Amino acid sequence: MKKSILNGVMGGVVAALVSSAAWAEPVDDELVIDGDIKMVVRTKAPEGHPFDEIRSGWQYRTKETRALEVDSFNNPGMLRVEEGEGIWNTADGTEGKSCADCHGDASESMKEVAAHYPKWDAQSNRPINIELMINKCRTERMGAEAYEFDKGGQKSLTAYIKHQALGTPVSIDLTQGDMQSWWEKGKEEYYTRTGQLNLSCSNCHEDNAGNYIRADHLSMGQVNGFPVYRLKQADLVSLHNRFRGCIRDTRAEQPKAFSDELMALEVYVTWRGTGLSVETPAVRN
Amino acid sequence: MNSARNLIAVAVMAGSLAATAAWAETAPDDVKFEDGAVAMSVSGNAGDAKAGAGVFKNKKLGNCLACHANSDMKNELFHGEVGPALDGVADRYSVDQLRAIVANSKEVFGDQTVMPGFYTLKVGKNPAKEFAGKTILSAQDVEDVVAYLATLKE
Ligand code: HEC
Ligand code: HEC
Repeated sequence: MKKSILNGVMGGVVAALVSSAAWAEPVDDELVIDGDIKMVVRTKAPEGHPFDEIRSGWQYRTKETRALEVDSFNNPGMLRVEEGEGIWNTADGTEGKSCADCHGDASESMKEVAAHYPKWDAQSNRPINIELMINKCRTERMGAEAYEFDKGGQKSLTAYIKHQALGTPVSIDLTQGDMQSWWEKGKEEYYTRTGQLNLSCSNCHEDNAGNYIRADHLSMGQVNGFPVYRLKQADLVSLHNRFRGCIRDTRAEQPKAFSDELMALEVYVTWRGTGLSVETPAVRN
Repeated sequence: MNSARNLIAVAVMAGSLAATAAWAETAPDDVKFEDGAVAMSVSGNAGDAKAGAGVFKNKKLGNCLACHANSDMKNELFHGEVGPALDGVADRYSVDQLRAIVANSKEVFGDQTVMPGFYTLKVGKNPAKEFAGKTILSAQDVEDVVAYLATLKE
């Protein structure tokens, strides 16, 4: 008798496990920030994409985590965005200039700009992202030192600039320079299995988007929210830090931030999110 | 001086014990997969199901729960959904088949499977230095986890 009750309980657990597959799907909620900015969190994929439809990582997070992004007052990443605004307006380097001295009001000059990065940089003959563009301005125009990866004001200033494009759909121009060949290289990397665990980006974010991998609900691995505020770190996390973390999790050697490998991956993965709104600073767990 | 000599003697004995074990162990590259099965214990010893349950849930070892639900471990949080639930898996596969799946699932399911090979040196590009040339599980871990899987009957 006791045993059959136990079996009943076990059966319930099995049922719960099985039915978890049903809520493993991303939610269909709409994201409207501050009751005003309508975000594209789900849209038709660009041509040549493996999915018909793409979704923001926001739709894969829990209700509580999603709520933190709906109101900028509650979004813990906004504190770092404000810090970025301070840096924007502060002179640095031998020229005694701030970003604002050249670019004025970021809400005007940087509006939508970050939605179209990475861009081709003819001078260095490779794609550059916002972090590298900031370093260009610092070294070439301000007489300041380049920020080291994830150091100084790099994350908060990048977040501030990207935040000016909040809501703008991501679209990058692959016809510039050699962007197309970097896209190809990034695509090859995306499907290459790495490390002792022998896994590719696609194994997790394409084959298993919507499934749980232990406590984590796998999303499509979109980049539209970066730098994101991660609750786990209680801080902003940059895109190349996330890429390196995912690669480390396959037990592979991690490429350096801003290396050719990671820039190619950024070009390709950014394209995979074409049409999703810039969400910076998105909130993730 | 004397105690040092004793230590050496112990070390030599331990070394020769380890060597006996190694004699029966099959190296990863020598594991024979036939019709989706591996007929012989890869460690040369029997598996211990209890130790295998530990390997199964340990995140640094099998981390099998990351991908597989298993209602036998309902007290553990967070069962994954990347692979099938393993309830009753021993009714679906023989021990020799389970050994093949754990040792190198690619030999059983094909190259496209997401499941890592736990006792193989055929891994992905650029393995991190600390893992290069090593298998995820030891031969005995494989036998232990297989012994544990063999208990999952419905
Ligand atoms: C072993 C599984 C696994 C592999 C392989 C993997 N990732 Fe991830 N990735 C995760 C998990 C888990 C998360 C956190 C949950 C989520 O957003 O999917 C994540 C998150 C991300 C995010 C953040 C998404 C967001 O909305 O904040 C990006 C971007 C990303 N991955 C890109 C990649 C790229 C590029 C690769 C290959 C170089 C890769 N991942 C390989 C498991 C993986
Ligand atoms: C990264 C994900 C992942 C991990 C980790 C993983 N597996 Fe799997 N496993 C899979 C997938 C996916 C399949 C389905 C095979 C296929 O069709 O590709 C599978 C299939 C199986 C099967 C056959 C199940 C059936 O009903 O057909 C067994 C047994 C198994 N795994 C055992 C294990 C054990 C034991 C471990 C840990 C030592 C483990 N797996 C770790 C992903 C994983």
